[in-house]
Order: sequence, then structure tokens, then C-alpha cells
Amino acid sequence: MKTLVAASTTDRGRLAFGTFGAVAAVTAWFLISEHSNNAYFPPLRAILEQAWNYWTTAEGVTNILASLQTLAGGLSLAIVFGVVIGLIIGQLPVVEQTVSPTLEFARAIPATALIPFAMMLFGVSSEMKIFLIALGCVWPVLLSTADGARRVDRTLSDTARAFQVSGTQRQLYVILPAVLPRILVGIRIAIPLSLILMVTSEMVGVQRGLGFVITQAQATFQLLTMWSGILILGILGFTLTFLYTLVERRLLRWSDPRGDRSS
Amino acid sequence: MLVVSGLEKTYPGKDGGFTAVSGMSFEVHEGEIFTLVGPSGAGKTTLLRCIAGLDAPTGGSVTFDGEVVSGPPRDFAVVFQDYARSLMPWMTVAKNVELPLMKKGIDAADRRERITRALQEVGLGDAAEKRPFQLSGGMQQRVAIARAIAYRPKVLIMDEPFASVDAQTRADLEDLLLRVQEETGTTVLFVTHDVDESVYLSNRVAIVSRSPSRVAEIVDIPLPYPRDQIDTKSQPGFAHLRGHVFGRIREMVRDANLTTT
Amino acid sequence: MTTVTAPPRTSKQMVWVTTHRRTLGRYILPTVFILGLIGLQELLTQNGALPATYFPPASEIAAALIQELSAPALGSALSSTLSTWLMAILLSVGLGTIVGVLLGLIVPLEAILRPIIEFLRPVPSVALIPLVVLTIGTGSQSALFLAVFAAFWQVLVPAIIGVRAAHPVALDTARSYSFSLWQRIRWIQLPSMLPYLATAVRLATSTSLILIVTAEIIIQMPGIGYEITMSRSVGNPARMYAYIALSGAAGILLNGLVRRLENKLFATHGLGGTA
Repeated sequence: MKTLVAASTTDRGRLAFGTFGAVAAVTAWFLISEHSNNAYFPPLRAILEQAWNYWTTAEGVTNILASLQTLAGGLSLAIVFGVVIGLIIGQLPVVEQTVSPTLEFARAIPATALIPFAMMLFGVSSEMKIFLIALGCVWPVLLSTADGARRVDRTLSDTARAFQVSGTQRQLYVILPAVLPRILVGIRIAIPLSLILMVTSEMVGVQRGLGFVITQAQATFQLLTMWSGILILGILGFTLTFLYTLVERRLLRWSDPRGDRSS
Repeated sequence: MLVVSGLEKTYPGKDGGFTAVSGMSFEVHEGEIFTLVGPSGAGKTTLLRCIAGLDAPTGGSVTFDGEVVSGPPRDFAVVFQDYARSLMPWMTVAKNVELPLMKKGIDAADRRERITRALQEVGLGDAAEKRPFQLSGGMQQRVAIARAIAYRPKVLIMDEPFASVDAQTRADLEDLLLRVQEETGTTVLFVTHDVDESVYLSNRVAIVSRSPSRVAEIVDIPLPYPRDQIDTKSQPGFAHLRGHVFGRIREMVRDANLTTT
Repeated sequence: MTTVTAPPRTSKQMVWVTTHRRTLGRYILPTVFILGLIGLQELLTQNGALPATYFPPASEIAAALIQELSAPALGSALSSTLSTWLMAILLSVGLGTIVGVLLGLIVPLEAILRPIIEFLRPVPSVALIPLVVLTIGTGSQSALFLAVFAAFWQVLVPAIIGVRAAHPVALDTARSYSFSLWQRIRWIQLPSMLPYLATAVRLATSTSLILIVTAEIIIQMPGIGYEITMSRSVGNPARMYAYIALSGAAGILLNGLVRRLENKLFATHGLGGTA
């Protein structure tokens, strides 16, 4: 037991344990489902075959790309607006006091409750999807940014002031990097949310995208296609989070690896 | 050249608030090292922030070359005690030194030259591309000093800059400051609670009372420059001056304790 | 260099300025801002700058809201959404904490399960809606499952980190006084976990509401979300906005409740401030 614990705390040990866990889980799913007669839980082998057969066709690829496009559009809008508004609110107490009850209310509205509103405004279109994703994901980015901007270290901002660093320079070289860790935390929260909103908006009538394929497959009882879609979404979510971790690490190279990064 | 007259700083609160500084007056002459020394809690940092234009005083004024200071003046540079936070962790050492120069309208070649010279001056010529977290505390404070030197201010304001480094590094940094000041002739306004440090560095020492603080006495330090950690400190004059300053501070602390108990 | 001298102010004046500035900032400015927004909306809709079919004037929305307050639909919609929500929070926080403590303490097990957690965590749980409809049905359990599936991971991962965040010195102290396992968990690891858990609970609260409303809209089960889509499809936008506003109000209410609970917990554990 003691050696097990010791082994599981090293990087290589964790990798070995993790690989073992992943392989074991997939194997177990594969073996248990292989002779499944339950129509709702088809064999993994069949799901994988279907995933390969459908998602590599032109139609499958178009649907994946459509989803990715809306995701990118919605997230970028959310990040740009969230960071800009967050920086303003976090640095100007008067603005913060003026708008904060309104923001508090707008934030409390669950993003999906605005689907009917978005549909009314944009119809069933990709603008509707982008709008919805942006509207839902702007909050974590905005709040985290504002909080970070409010708490920029006093010595740091005093240093900038004492040396006459102001205006654009101050924002670009002092405030933005100082708030960056908090901005990144906000985006990390926004990513899973953006996936949820993407799938949801595709389920309510857009004729393209992963969410559309899954709902369509369920309605026509093509359970293999439905499962393969869920699998693809899982892989998409995993890949996105993984890539984001790399981006984060790259952007925060300057931070002290010994220091506390969560603060 | 730098005149503080009747300075007062009161923080709002109940019962009229808290007065950290009251009726503070003194004058710093061009090219001298002027030190404010006093017991902890004497509002020295508050005073310094008002002089540097970081806080607005609630009364009195600070004038520099005949003009009233209302925001951080262009000709001042500040070295803070907390070196770990006064450097931008996301910038390399060279970029940190360069940051305040960008606004001054100095061209790139001149900036590079100033950075190299300032870093050599503080003995960090080969650390230009390092990041702050890769340096020790003493080295980080050297970077902060290099940044101030490269800025070429008329007045260098230092708020207990050596309070958070170990004793040996502290002595090194004190000598570094003396050497740089001699070369550049910059006026230095220094704040410390260390009596030895104040006497060792300064032309004049102002003893500051507990809050609401004001200047209790200004002591001339006629010890010859260049000073030396061993020679200067073993002179009888040093011991005498040190004893005098120390005595005054102890008196003030005792009086304050007597009145409060 | 500019020249401004600080005008000498008596402390009495200072206090007056600061207290009044506080009232101005906290109450007057936000109120004026909100009233301004509502007034602007009213103006733009009344003069036709915003199409009235999409944007009924604020006064009409308010009227719809008031009318709805006495209608039977409101009570049942609210209660079904809120009760599912409460269940979802309790379940996801409870399960997430328990599993999180276990995995936090048993390091090898966590190392084995890590890739599975990392794979399941970002799966958008709405993708499971079709599967859930087929297997669980269209009742409120479906919404509950979807909400818990999404919120569980948001509690689990911080819980694991939180258990491990116990300060080494505190753990050494426990060892030197030979604490039992339970004592160690109770007095050192759970308190060290609290700040992480607080953030997690706040996230879980808003995530589960989103999923419940989504389920109500897509599966068309009773609740606030259903009333919103319904109002739109029968061509009553004022009622739609009224229900959207209600969902926001419900959100504020529950967020406040969670925050209050949090503060209480922090106060009793002697941990100052929220994370």
C-alpha cells in the first residue's frame, strides 16, 4: 500500500496508473457491452464502427465544423466583451457600483432561458447560436476579470503610477498581465458552459451541428448514431480542455512555479 | 529644492478619524541623502506616499522646485520595500527597467544603453533576460534600484528598501546606494526604522515622532564620504551620533507609552 | 506638473462627504441606472425604434408579470423548477464532496480514475438529453439527472484539490499529536477544503439551474423554462419576458441563499472571508 501511494505521487507513476485506468475502463465497457441486447446501450464496437462510418463522411465533417465554428464565434465574443467590460468595471468603482445590481440580475438569468428570446431575435440561424453562447459565457469571464482588476496588487499599481506609466501603456503592460491569471480562470469556466450552450442551441431547430445530429438520431431511433455523437462530443470536450491547459501554461510561463497560482 | 510644509494626513473614520501625520515640515537640499528615521508606526510610509504624490495630503503641501506636488512628479523615482511586488513578474529584468523609460520619449538605442549601464551598475549585467522569480530577494531589489537609476530622476525616494533582505545583502545594498549617489549626485529621500542605517547613509537625519508624526529633530551627520561599513562605523563620531538618535527615539517611545497607560 | 493644494478640511466635513458618497454609490447610482434603462426601453418601444412584436414596452412586461402573479401557472412552474434545483444542488454537492474526500485521501485510486474523470467532466450533459429521454423519460428525474451530471464534476474536482490543500505543518501537527484518521479529516482536511468547496457550490448552483431550464425547454417538462417557450410559441412576448425576469429573480434568490449558508459555515469554522 505504501509503495502504491508513493508510486502514485510521481509524474511517471501517475501516468502509468492513469493509462491503466483508462485502458481498463474502455476494455470493461467493450467487453460488458459486447453481447448487450439492450437497444439503448449498444456494444461499444458497434458505436465505434458507426462513429467511423458517419463522422468521416462529408456530412459528418460538415456538422462537426458547423459546431466548431459557432463555438469559436461565441467564445471569442464572450472573451472580448468579458475582458473589456471586466477591466472597466474592476478599475472604476463608480461604474461598478452603478451597474452591479443590473449585472447581478442579468447574470442570474440562466442562459438557456434566453433561447426563445434569441430565436425571436435571430430566427433559427447560426447568429442565434453564437449570440446564445456569447451571452452565457460572458459572465464567468467578466466577473473573474473584474475581480482580478479590482485586486491588482497595490505596490504594483503604485510602482506604475510613481514611474508615470499610464494610459494604454499601463493597461497593456501592467493591468492586463496582472489580471491575466484571473481572465484565464474565467475562460476555463466558460469552456464547458459554451459546449452545453452549443449543443442546446443546436437541439432547438438549427439544421446542422452535433446537437442536431444527436436529437435527429434519437427521434428516428438511430441509437448507434446518437451514441457515436455523444462519444464525439466527449472527445471534443476533452480535447478542448486539454488544449486550453497548454495555452494557459504557455501564457503563464512567467509565474513562479513555486508560488501559489490560485491566488 | 523639496519642501514639505505643515503636511497633514488624516484618514476618515469615527471620532474625527485617524491622523497619521500632522504639522510635518522639513526641506531636502539638492544632492544630499536625507533620511527620515523613527519608531515603527510613526506614519513614515504615509508621509512618503504623500511626498511621492501617491496619496493626497489633507493639509499642508509638498513643493518641488517651487511647484506643488499633486500627483506623482515626473522627476521622482520610488523604490518600495516590497521588491517582490514592485517588479512586474511577467517581464524580464531588462523589460522591467525599460518600462518607465518608454513614456519618456527616449529612442530605442538610448534605452538599451541606459538599461545595460544601470544593470551593470548594480552588478546584474548578465541577468537582463531573467525573470524576477529566478532571482534572490537582494537581486530583485537591485533590479528595482537599477530601474530607478535608468530613469535618471532628480529625486530618489526609498521606502525602507532594505528592510526585507538579510544583513550581509543589506550592507552591500547600502554601499551600492552610496556609490550610485556619489556618481549621479541624485537627491535621495530615504525612510528607515534602522538607526545605524540612517546615520551611515545620510548627510542629515530627521527623527520622526510617533503618530500623529512630525519632525522632532534634524541631526547633521558630518562624517566624511566615501563611507565604509567598517571604518565609518568604528569612528567615535558615528557612535556618538548613533547614540544620540537612538536616545531620542527611545525617549519618544517611552513618553508615548507613559501617556497611553 | 500641475499645481493643486489640498484644501484644509475639518474632519467633520470629511465624514459627511464619505458617508454621503457611500449612500450615493450604493443606492442612488444603481437605481438611477436601472430606471434609466427601463425608461430607455419604454421610449424606444413606444416610438417604434424597436419592433413591438419582439420588444413589448417595459410597462407591458410589468403588467404581464403582475397578472401572472395571480395565475395558477406561476406557482406550479416555480415550485417544480426550484424543487428540482434544490435536489440537484444537494445531490451534486453531497456526492461530489463524499467522492472527492475519498479520492483525495486515496491517492492511487484517484490516479487510476483521473483519465475517466477528465473525459466525462467536459462532456456537455445536454448531449445526454436524447439518451435520458429514452431511458429515464420526460419527468423531472430527467432534469435532475442532467443537472447532477453537470454539477457533480464541478464539485468533485475542487473537492479533491481541497482535501490535498491541507497545510503540511497542520498535518505534521496532527501526526505528532497522533490524531485518528477521523480526527484528521474532521479537524484539518475538511476545513482546508471549505474555500474550494464554496467556489464549487456557487458554480454548481448556476450550472444546475441552466441545465434544468434547458431540460424544461427541450423536453418540455413543466417549469419556468417551459413557460418561457410556451409564451413565445403562442405569441405572447410580454409573458415570455416576464418569465425570463422571474428566472433571474429565482437565480438571485438562490445565489443569495447559498452565499448566506456559506458565510454561516465560514463563521462557525473561524475562517475569515469568502474565497
